[in-house]
Amino acid sequence: MSAPNKAYDPVEVAVLSPEELQRMQADALAAIATAANLDELKTARLAHFGDRAPLTLANSEIGALPPAARAEAGKRVGSARAAVKAALAERQTELEAERDRRVLVEEAVDVTLPWNRSASVDGARHPVTTVGERLVDVFVDMGYEVAEGPEAEAEWYNFDALNFPPDHPAREMQDTIFVAGSEPGQRSGIVMRTHTSPVQIRAMLSRPLPLYVVSPGKCYRSDALDATHSPVFHQIECLAVDEGLTMADLRGAINAFVEAMFGEGLQTRLRPDFFPFTEPSADVSMQCHVCRGTSARAGGEPCRVCRSQGWIEIAGCGMVNPRVLVAGGIDPDRYSGFAFGLGIDRSVLVRHGVADIRDTLEGDVRFSRAFGLEA
Amino acid sequence: MRLPLSWLLEYAAIGLSPDDAEGVAELARRLTACGLEVESVEPVGHDISGVVVAEVLDVEELTGFNKPIRYCQVSTADGQRRHVICGARNFVAGDRVALALPGAVLPGGFEIGARKTYGRVSEGMICSALELAIGEDHAGIIVLPADAPLGADFVAYAGLRDVVFDINVTPDKGYALSVRGVARELAISYQVPFTDPADVGLLPDVAAASPEVYPAGIDDFTACDRIVLREVRGIDPATPTPLAMKIRLARAGQRSVSLAVDVTNYLMLELGQPLHAFDRSRLQGPIRVRRAQPGEKLETLDHVVRTLDPEDIVIADESGPISLAGTMGGVATEVSDSSHDLVIEAAHFSARGIARMSRRHKLGSEASARFERGVDPELPSRASARATTMLAALGGGTVVPGCSYAGVPIEPVRISMAADYPDQVAGLVYGLETVQKRLREVGCTVARLPGSAPDQPDAAEPSGSGDGDAGRLEGGQAGLAIGHLASAHMTSAHLAGAQPAAEQPRHNHGRHDRPGLTLLVTPPSWRPDLTDPADLAEEVIRLEGYHNIPVRGIRAVGGRGLTGRQRLRRTLSRSLAYDGYVEVICSPFTSVLDFDRLQLAADDKRRRAVRLANPLSEDEPLMRTTLLPGLFRTLARNLGRGFSDVSLYEFGLIFRPRPDGPRTAPILPVDRAPTGDEIARLAAALPDQPLHVGAVMTGNAEPAGYWGPGRPAGWQDAIEAARLVLRNSRLDFDVRADQHDPWHPGRCAAIFVRGQEGQEWLAGYAGELHPRVITAFGLPARTAAMELDLSVIETAASLVGPVQAPTLSGYPLAVQDVALVVPQTVPAADVERALVAGAGAAGDVQLESLSLFDVYTGDQIGEGRKSLAYTLRFRAPDRTLTAEEVSVVRDAAVAEAARQTGAVLRSG
Repeated sequence: MSAPNKAYDPVEVAVLSPEELQRMQADALAAIATAANLDELKTARLAHFGDRAPLTLANSEIGALPPAARAEAGKRVGSARAAVKAALAERQTELEAERDRRVLVEEAVDVTLPWNRSASVDGARHPVTTVGERLVDVFVDMGYEVAEGPEAEAEWYNFDALNFPPDHPAREMQDTIFVAGSEPGQRSGIVMRTHTSPVQIRAMLSRPLPLYVVSPGKCYRSDALDATHSPVFHQIECLAVDEGLTMADLRGAINAFVEAMFGEGLQTRLRPDFFPFTEPSADVSMQCHVCRGTSARAGGEPCRVCRSQGWIEIAGCGMVNPRVLVAGGIDPDRYSGFAFGLGIDRSVLVRHGVADIRDTLEGDVRFSRAFGLEA
Repeated sequence: MRLPLSWLLEYAAIGLSPDDAEGVAELARRLTACGLEVESVEPVGHDISGVVVAEVLDVEELTGFNKPIRYCQVSTADGQRRHVICGARNFVAGDRVALALPGAVLPGGFEIGARKTYGRVSEGMICSALELAIGEDHAGIIVLPADAPLGADFVAYAGLRDVVFDINVTPDKGYALSVRGVARELAISYQVPFTDPADVGLLPDVAAASPEVYPAGIDDFTACDRIVLREVRGIDPATPTPLAMKIRLARAGQRSVSLAVDVTNYLMLELGQPLHAFDRSRLQGPIRVRRAQPGEKLETLDHVVRTLDPEDIVIADESGPISLAGTMGGVATEVSDSSHDLVIEAAHFSARGIARMSRRHKLGSEASARFERGVDPELPSRASARATTMLAALGGGTVVPGCSYAGVPIEPVRISMAADYPDQVAGLVYGLETVQKRLREVGCTVARLPGSAPDQPDAAEPSGSGDGDAGRLEGGQAGLAIGHLASAHMTSAHLAGAQPAAEQPRHNHGRHDRPGLTLLVTPPSWRPDLTDPADLAEEVIRLEGYHNIPVRGIRAVGGRGLTGRQRLRRTLSRSLAYDGYVEVICSPFTSVLDFDRLQLAADDKRRRAVRLANPLSEDEPLMRTTLLPGLFRTLARNLGRGFSDVSLYEFGLIFRPRPDGPRTAPILPVDRAPTGDEIARLAAALPDQPLHVGAVMTGNAEPAGYWGPGRPAGWQDAIEAARLVLRNSRLDFDVRADQHDPWHPGRCAAIFVRGQEGQEWLAGYAGELHPRVITAFGLPARTAAMELDLSVIETAASLVGPVQAPTLSGYPLAVQDVALVVPQTVPAADVERALVAGAGAAGDVQLESLSLFDVYTGDQIGEGRKSLAYTLRFRAPDRTLTAEEVSVVRDAAVAEAARQTGAVLRSG
């Protein structure tokens, strides 16, 4: 050991000899290189770069050298220490990367394990709701607004104003559920609406012209529940009243609707039908969206959806009967209108291949869940 | 309406064989295209072979069997004798019959062979009408006329090969309930000559009245505006109906009864005019059409004794009512097998009167179906004349010349229509010539309204169109149905947007050739459905073909999108589904039993329900006043199907009669818009129909799994579902303990919506169901439910303006925990509200959030008390809060809680 202010022979300071420094550096580098893990590297760091490490001690001996020798000795020590530091850092990086690789592998999990701890995975909306919303959206995107009306409806709205004359057999077309009067045998003038068409009248009486509305909703008929009939069902009705509307506009609206709902390029077909509130009236068929009509041709593959008819009946339509406009307070000499209506449940059946309408009404959770949140 | 092809082709000159499948399909397609929807096309007679005309030579009666059996010798053209066993007895040696030879095939693929039966060999079978599918008669075999050619193929001889069309006739097309009407449509479609069966076989003096004929009268012309009686005397009632007529009746689905009945039915099918035959010997005094008198009774042909209503229309003689007019005859005057002298009645009854009567007695018939839909008032005279002529010719009687007649003149409807109105409806140009041609084809007479379209030359008018009535119509528009003269004219620019259809009609020149011209159209007597210009337009458009209507691109319409309410409904539906609830659509019908199961008190307003006059099931005659029973039943169904963790929701209307509303909704006029008062009266009569949302839950709200046990659904979930709805409606609300059926009295929350000005509205209830309700509906213990009135929520939400964004302070958060001890009975919500209020009153320091992290009850705080521990998070908008500032606010919050709820800061 040496102390300041004492004359030293540089040769006596053996630790600062090039050979000795060389050896220390080699020892350190060997220890660093052979450190197998971060703990061994830590030990090596303490041994070769810590406060008590030979190179550190050698560094503190520089002051014992005569001033003339200090620079050179300092240079040698600095160089050795720098080499060790770099080796430490490099090995540290190597070993950390190695550890990370190992640890991340060890911590790997089975990511396919289920985690349906929240019941939310089971939530679903009814396809009559979601398909109904889609149908509405198609019209709303065309600029229609949604009009609504009550389900227990005045007969006047449901029938009379729609040009169903009293006692006319047309009223028998729709097996009506009547609301009882307050006395037995007395009529109430109220029915469970048999269609969404009364909303047409309500819209005519309450909204400004021109009128472009769509009305979805629940309807009632006294049909026994079977695979294709339900006493409670859902319709959506479209009504346009404007100047100069023609059947050509009706066809345009129907085509736009069918394309949006069932796919582009599907043809539509009108055939004469009868509804008291439209004149002329037609039923609307569209080309089967599944087989595109091929099943009806000779040699075509049978189609379950359209029963190999090539066409699927989807709606009733027509030009609003001028008498209906009159009851709705609209001048039929100036305005004309068209209307069409279709079954939402039926659209669900057609679009999603539901075989039995009862599936839509029984509330079996499997049914709605199959559709999820949006149809 | 079932009609055979052969009958239609008799009057529409279309050359078409029933064997031409493509031609038949085309004919069916055309019927559908003109509005007579063909529901089925059924080839008949094609499946019969090996049946020939044979003669019975000898009949040997066999005995010793359980019924009399005949062993017959028959021969055909080849002279060969065959032996055939036959169980029928309605023939004698010498009769000609239809013999199925061995190897013959009968309808249904039934093969005939030689076989041994009743101890003899039977070489074939003598056929009954039933076996050949040309009638229901199986009691006897078919006995053919003596001139039936021996050995002839029976199918060819009887014309059995045919095609039956089943046509769905819509209620407006009464005229199509006849061969006459359908054949006319076919003739138009094929553009071939049409023979009107109503013009066939008429004597020149058909309308002559005669005092010799049984007298007729009408007491009430609103019930009947025309009646004709004719007589035929001395017919042989045993005369069999001709085979050809029987076959046609069978093809049309009519049973053969007797000559008189068959002839009247046959003519009804052919012409559309219901006819009735009375046994003259059973009539007493003149026949009159009148309304029934109170207390009168009538036994109709279906052997039901009917008590008549004063509105009923009857045909009566001096004995009283003898027939329900246009609906069903009476037993007392029925034609029987001893009726030689017949009175044939044909009339034109009030369509509405017959409809009401038919409905009242729940008695529909072929006749009433036609009268309801409209019968040609010109037919009674003609149809009755043909009936007596046919009966005399077939039954060997004589017609009493002339008729007896009562009636009032029937004014034809005249419709004034702009010549281009059909063009305006369709959106393409037909042109005057087409419009006139089509209207004339359906039987209208078409004239021009004098003075209209003065600027147009007359050259285009087709000459010799036979419009002989034109002069008669001049100067008058009597009978104009509605004052609707379509007058707007489509310009060529208007049509420019129309895309050309694949098959453009040849008249499309872009502009009608007669703008300003008005036509006066008189529909034919058989088309009472044609009353308006729109009806005439439809005739033109449907006959020209709907496929010719162009498609025009949709107009740009300035819609405002969904309303706030409509958007909110979607949001709420989605949020419940996101939260694990499954949407269902439940039956809206209910019963008093459901109200009992819900334990509703006798005066509970939910027991006041809308009652249905004709419910689908007598067990459920009411409309729901709450969504819960439907949800409970749907829940039970799912549990029954093996699902134990089920959470359901439904959006739906409930129905509440208005206690102060009028008793009935008025039936307003339809020839004008209702007044504001009238609309209000309708609204006042309708039940209140608010939209509700309901939810029900049982089993695990969070499922069990490898991670551990699940969390059972309970009252908290029900109340949280309600909170979810309110939160997503962006409303302030209070949850308060309450007692309300059908919930558990200690686990029921009332949900109140709070308005911005301190108002509050009850939105509904949530919680665990009452154990007795759970038992009554067969649900698992602890089932929970909620039901909210969305109309309340939607209204409140509609009053809330747009969200005002918060100021986001970037200064540090200060967190403080406080534990407050309160009596057990103090609701946590009250403590929380007081803390918020207290903090809010203390300067500008914001209580950013507050959360309850512990609820403790136990010895440390004493019985009847609970400790509620909250984390309060404070922040200031403009500075870092000092510890002192935070303490001040916290103390203010605690002090307010102490003031409002008696809360004491928990020490230690």
